Amino acid sequence: MAQHIVPRKIYFAVFTALIVLTATTTAISFLDLGPWNTVVALGIAFVKATLVVLFFMHVKYSPRLTQVTIAGGLFWLAIMIALTLSDFMTRGWLPILK
Amino acid sequence: MADAIAPATPADPGHATEPGVQHQFDTMEQQREASSFGMWVFLVTEILFFGGLFTVYTVYRHQYPRAFAEASRHLDIALGTFNTAVLIVSSLTMALAVWSAAVGRRKAIVVFLLLTMALGGVFLGVKAVEYTHKFHDHLVPGPSFHFPGPNPGNAELFFSLYFTMTGLHAAHMIIGIGILTVLVFKTRKGRYTPEYHNPIEVSGLYWHFVDIVWIFLFPLLYLIGRHIH
Repeated sequence: MAQHIVPRKIYFAVFTALIVLTATTTAISFLDLGPWNTVVALGIAFVKATLVVLFFMHVKYSPRLTQVTIAGGLFWLAIMIALTLSDFMTRGWLPILK
Repeated sequence: MADAIAPATPADPGHATEPGVQHQFDTMEQQREASSFGMWVFLVTEILFFGGLFTVYTVYRHQYPRAFAEASRHLDIALGTFNTAVLIVSSLTMALAVWSAAVGRRKAIVVFLLLTMALGGVFLGVKAVEYTHKFHDHLVPGPSFHFPGPNPGNAELFFSLYFTMTGLHAAHMIIGIGILTVLVFKTRKGRYTPEYHNPIEVSGLYWHFVDIVWIFLFPLLYLIGRHIH
């Protein structure tokens, strides 16, 4: 696999998308969507992060080993968050233990 | 990478076959992939490092949603949005610096690196203004902390997380600006070519990672909870 030079057009397109998403997430925070405020804000953050990782950080064009390593890191992050929250968010479910 | 793992058999074992290739690598491409991979392994440890803080934030926000919402409203959403845009522009200029290195435009590399550093400086300047306001408003955790609402102790927890997370992020920015300073000098000395510019490439990965951390800090600290009463 030779060195992949990403066309500048893609960088400018990703940049435009990131700026539009930033303006969108700030604008939406002024609306009262109840619990959906959190979902939308985090959803937009995930989309922005994915754009940066795939294009600015060239992961779309990186060797499979790099891609699997990143996925592994995110999987471990998910384990840390999920297992921690499975403790804190279920405390009090069994009143007898309170 | 598959072809990079299978060892090539150089005509003269122990010596690189291409100029600029360190002796432990067979080809320039293998060397380039190894350096990017090494940076990614470091960044995975950084994901888990910041991930721990995000986990703590999630646990306490779950426990004290109202106090966190009250405290969050004391952050300046306009400055936060401005700084997010500044970091995104700096990621674009960093990507263009790497692009310039890949096509061998040395002057453009220096210009884009300096622009990236300047934008990083703007970000830190705005952050300093925000911190100053917090000190002035007695919102810095410690003996002088004073919160004009219910549950000041829980709000103090929010500000502890705010200063820890944005402070560590700012420390990463300062380190990044230091790294880019070295790159500017080395670029001016002509150390980088389209074939060999791994330091610029991996420093770009680091800079973009720091941008991503802010992409998550911004909504979690500034935006979420504006409507929880």
